[in-house]
Amino acid sequence: MEKFRKLTSIVAPLDRANVDTDQIIPKQFLKRIERTGFGEFAFFDWRYLEDGVLNPDFILNEDRYRGANILAGGRNFGSGSSREHAPWALMEMGYKAIISTSFADIFRNNCMQNGLLPVILEEAEVDTIMARALRGTGYKVTVDLDSQTVKDDLGLNANFDIDPFRKNSLMAGLDDVGVTMEFSKEIDMYEGRQKKRW
Amino acid sequence: MGKTMFEKIWDQHIVAEPEDQPALIYIDLHLVHEVTSPQAFEALRLTNRKVRRPDLTISTVDHNLPTDDTRSEVIKDPIARIQVDTLRKNCEQTGITLYDVDSTAQGIVHVIGPEQGYTQPGMTIVCGDSHTSTHGAFGSLAFGIGTSEVEHVLATQTLRQRKPHTMEVRFNGKLKQGVTAKDMILAAIGKMGTAGGTGYVIEYTGDAIRHLDMAGRMTVCNMTIEAGARAGLIAPDDTTFEWMRGRKFVPKGEKFDHAVDQWRALVSDEDAVFDTLIEIDCDDLEPFVTWGTNPGQVTRITDNVPSPEDFDDIADRTSAENALEYMGLKGGMAIEDIEIDRVFIGSCTNARIEDLRSAAQIVRGRTVASSVRAQIMPGSTLTKLLAEKEGLDQIFMEAGFEWRESGCSMCLGMNPDILVPGERCASTSNRNFEGRQGKGGRTHLVSPEMAAAAAISGHFVDVREWDTE
Repeated sequence: MEKFRKLTSIVAPLDRANVDTDQIIPKQFLKRIERTGFGEFAFFDWRYLEDGVLNPDFILNEDRYRGANILAGGRNFGSGSSREHAPWALMEMGYKAIISTSFADIFRNNCMQNGLLPVILEEAEVDTIMARALRGTGYKVTVDLDSQTVKDDLGLNANFDIDPFRKNSLMAGLDDVGVTMEFSKEIDMYEGRQKKRW
Repeated sequence: MGKTMFEKIWDQHIVAEPEDQPALIYIDLHLVHEVTSPQAFEALRLTNRKVRRPDLTISTVDHNLPTDDTRSEVIKDPIARIQVDTLRKNCEQTGITLYDVDSTAQGIVHVIGPEQGYTQPGMTIVCGDSHTSTHGAFGSLAFGIGTSEVEHVLATQTLRQRKPHTMEVRFNGKLKQGVTAKDMILAAIGKMGTAGGTGYVIEYTGDAIRHLDMAGRMTVCNMTIEAGARAGLIAPDDTTFEWMRGRKFVPKGEKFDHAVDQWRALVSDEDAVFDTLIEIDCDDLEPFVTWGTNPGQVTRITDNVPSPEDFDDIADRTSAENALEYMGLKGGMAIEDIEIDRVFIGSCTNARIEDLRSAAQIVRGRTVASSVRAQIMPGSTLTKLLAEKEGLDQIFMEAGFEWRESGCSMCLGMNPDILVPGERCASTSNRNFEGRQGKGGRTHLVSPEMAAAAAISGHFVDVREWDTE
């Protein structure tokens, strides 16, 4: 997993509540057996017209948000299906952090397993970021995981909470399995205490 | 202070609680299907890790499978076929039991777990599927996980979890004829919103829950995730134990009696305290129908479709605007005036034998409207065979329903069963998201009874007014 420390980037605004994982990566693209190859299908129904041409009305297709590594989303972002293909697709689209007032639990967890940072800010702060990103071109924020802050050049200075364990894993680029393998003895002992169920 | 059922199960499954880390929780049962597992098995191969407990892991094919009768010969979609074949290979290499397409135990993973008796009270159960919450109906702690966590469970039989908050959702009173478990949970989601349960584990309590059969309880727990909570539990009782008795992997004889004693002790203590309480009065519940593009956008059958102006919150108003546009509906129109093109009775929410019996009661002796294509995909092959033994297939087919093979099917449309753009479907499934049942498809979530009545009428109709034999 790639390390996440500090990121300065253009913000792409997706001002919709309840963006679900069916929207992020529709089911017809879940048949791949690899972790890659999902990016071009992210937001498929919104992003493309019938003939496969980019939909000019879909905000993330606008030139001014090209190359953005930070996505700002409405509340309850990532609701629905547990498909980890959603963060995989978003990361391939270029996003490394998502800012919202709230995330669905499974999605948020899946993001952190892949080094995609979900940042929860207050509603007024997300509104500010969303409005500034919508208004102009080239609006940037800096997400600093170490200091747990989001800042811009216009005076925004927001703090966010994150589980210290997750923070450490993200900053060090650690995956959970490796960390848990160090508890093999505890798992053996637990299993020893349980009698066989079937 | 006493403990909630969730806290008892949680405490029993703590492997380690290292300082500054989430707890390490042991997993008793891991359910695997073809869509969310291939990358997890591949990661194990790349890191030279083994499946720690193949004996606590079972798998089936459900999401991708076509529901026509040629599927056991070949899956025509080449990418779906590779995914199914990959699961077969992974199970063979790791020693995991696979209920494949030709097994009578094949079916939707959340239908076969309970049906075969794998699902038992007090267990921790996970699956790479958000509707794993279904198994909570037995008093187990069951929740959906992503593929990285699937890999974690395969390798270690544990998960890292921060302890969630607890919420009691209490259903008071008694359901009227024609009102079902589906309406209870839709009412709850309507009240809580799709994120109302985020960060919580829910326990469903109250008289109306006690009077539900196991299929109804599974329907309620199934849709817990649609309120944002990962797990929903119901205390096991005699209804639970009688339903379980005699199933293949449930303990037998004295062992069963002993297990029941242990299971009874799981229920929340009388002085247990939940972090939050939500109450719902079931005496005057009606059948519910979703009108929008998330399960919280729902109303009563006797109501009208709301208008965006009805919502005070700006985000809710914008959501309603977007939803009405996508759904091709106008605020103010009566729900009963919404005409449908398709009916889907299926999914891990509502495709158990009890659901099919309820739908058959409505359908018996009636005919599907000529403008409607109606399909039934039983929750498992065993459910299908049982229904055929009871003659339910004949009732449905005589009425004009298509009687298909089991699988997730049109709940999420990964297989060839999808809506075409603009088609409107009365569906017993769990999600009415944009494009969920096919790009441009319009989904209304309802109970099996309501779906059956809509199939006959060609539009939504209040099933409480219908005579059944």
